[in-house]
Amino acid sequence: MADVQNLPATAPRGVTGSLGAISFRLSTTVPGIMSAGIEKGELVVRTTRDRLLPLMAMLRDDPLYACQQVMDICGVDFPDRPERFEVVYNLLSVTHNHRIRVIVTTDETHPVPSVHQLWPAATWWEREAYDLFGILFTDQPDLRRILTDYGFEGHPLRKDFPLTGYVEMRYDEERRQVVYEPVDLVQDFRNFDFESPWEGILTLPGDEKAHADRHDIKRKG
Amino acid sequence: MGNDDTSGPGRPADSIAWNRDMLPPGPEQDAVIKGITGEMTEKGFVVASLDKLVNWGRTGSLWPMSFGLACCAVEMIHAYMPRYDLDRMGIIPRGSPRQSDVMIVAGTLTNKMAPALRRVYDQMAEPRWVISMGSCANGGGYYHYSYSVVRGCDRIVPVDVYVPGCPPTAEALIYGILQLQKKIRRTGTIRRG
Repeated sequence: MADVQNLPATAPRGVTGSLGAISFRLSTTVPGIMSAGIEKGELVVRTTRDRLLPLMAMLRDDPLYACQQVMDICGVDFPDRPERFEVVYNLLSVTHNHRIRVIVTTDETHPVPSVHQLWPAATWWEREAYDLFGILFTDQPDLRRILTDYGFEGHPLRKDFPLTGYVEMRYDEERRQVVYEPVDLVQDFRNFDFESPWEGILTLPGDEKAHADRHDIKRKG
Repeated sequence: MGNDDTSGPGRPADSIAWNRDMLPPGPEQDAVIKGITGEMTEKGFVVASLDKLVNWGRTGSLWPMSFGLACCAVEMIHAYMPRYDLDRMGIIPRGSPRQSDVMIVAGTLTNKMAPALRRVYDQMAEPRWVISMGSCANGGGYYHYSYSVVRGCDRIVPVDVYVPGCPPTAEALIYGILQLQKKIRRTGTIRRG
């Protein structure tokens, strides 16, 4: 840690502490990093898909960073962006007791290089990101679904996936097995009105007239 | 439990509906036991109707298939532990469906788990019962609108007793088990219709 603490003499204003030093060193010395900075007290590094593997190998092997563990790989969906997905890698250095977050962007068709050669544990995380978002990973030999049902279709954490999905399950007495059927909700979605003490039931059946003015107020608001 | 209205203090011992409700310890229970013991010493045998005997056996050793799926399982475990002690009622958790009489579905039933639940139910020997424990097993509960949760385990297996709560307390589960015992006694048939 000593060499890390010596660095901030030249660090820009507002970047302090060992994380700030790492961020400064990353953004000045490592090529291919789009940005590195402190966001809400945590070090975030943004890079591109083709630069990901060398950067990750350096973060793991360079004793300055020594990120031995990948705690988590997850996806984030921003449907309005040209590249809608972010893949977030949360790395932990046990020796330095610091965490580095690496973010790359991708979309449905462009795969992200897999980091399972660097951290074998990444396989399950990548399977999870593939299962729930449909993010593809190159050189990942075991890219199967991990959480959803066998034969599940779709990627449920995408923003355009409906909450209730497309199918539901029941036991069929005649076929003597569990079967899938299109979703048929017997109970409508409840609209929770948090301003009302009655939790959305503003007008009881038969009270429409008495509560007509109340609905007007609600529409204006 | 509790007193049946036919087992009032003024009634003779032989008219007590001992098979319908468990008698609490006291003079009425003592009267029944004394009557049976007297019959044993006098004649050497006791005459009872078979369906009542079968019901007594069934209600006295309800072995549940422990199907703990989520947080409700913790409350189910509480019911087994010494404070409530289901063992004293002959309720012993089994790890195999072949040995169990009742399945307690404790927790959220997901689509992925549903075929396994049905298979375990199919492997249970007749007569068999199902207790649905908690909001999730009753009707999907918190996850009612989810894409991956079965909206009630009664879509997969026939349910005898629903225990409400999120999660139900251990007392509530025991009450549900007592209600199931009542249902078994009321059915009163050797073959489950």
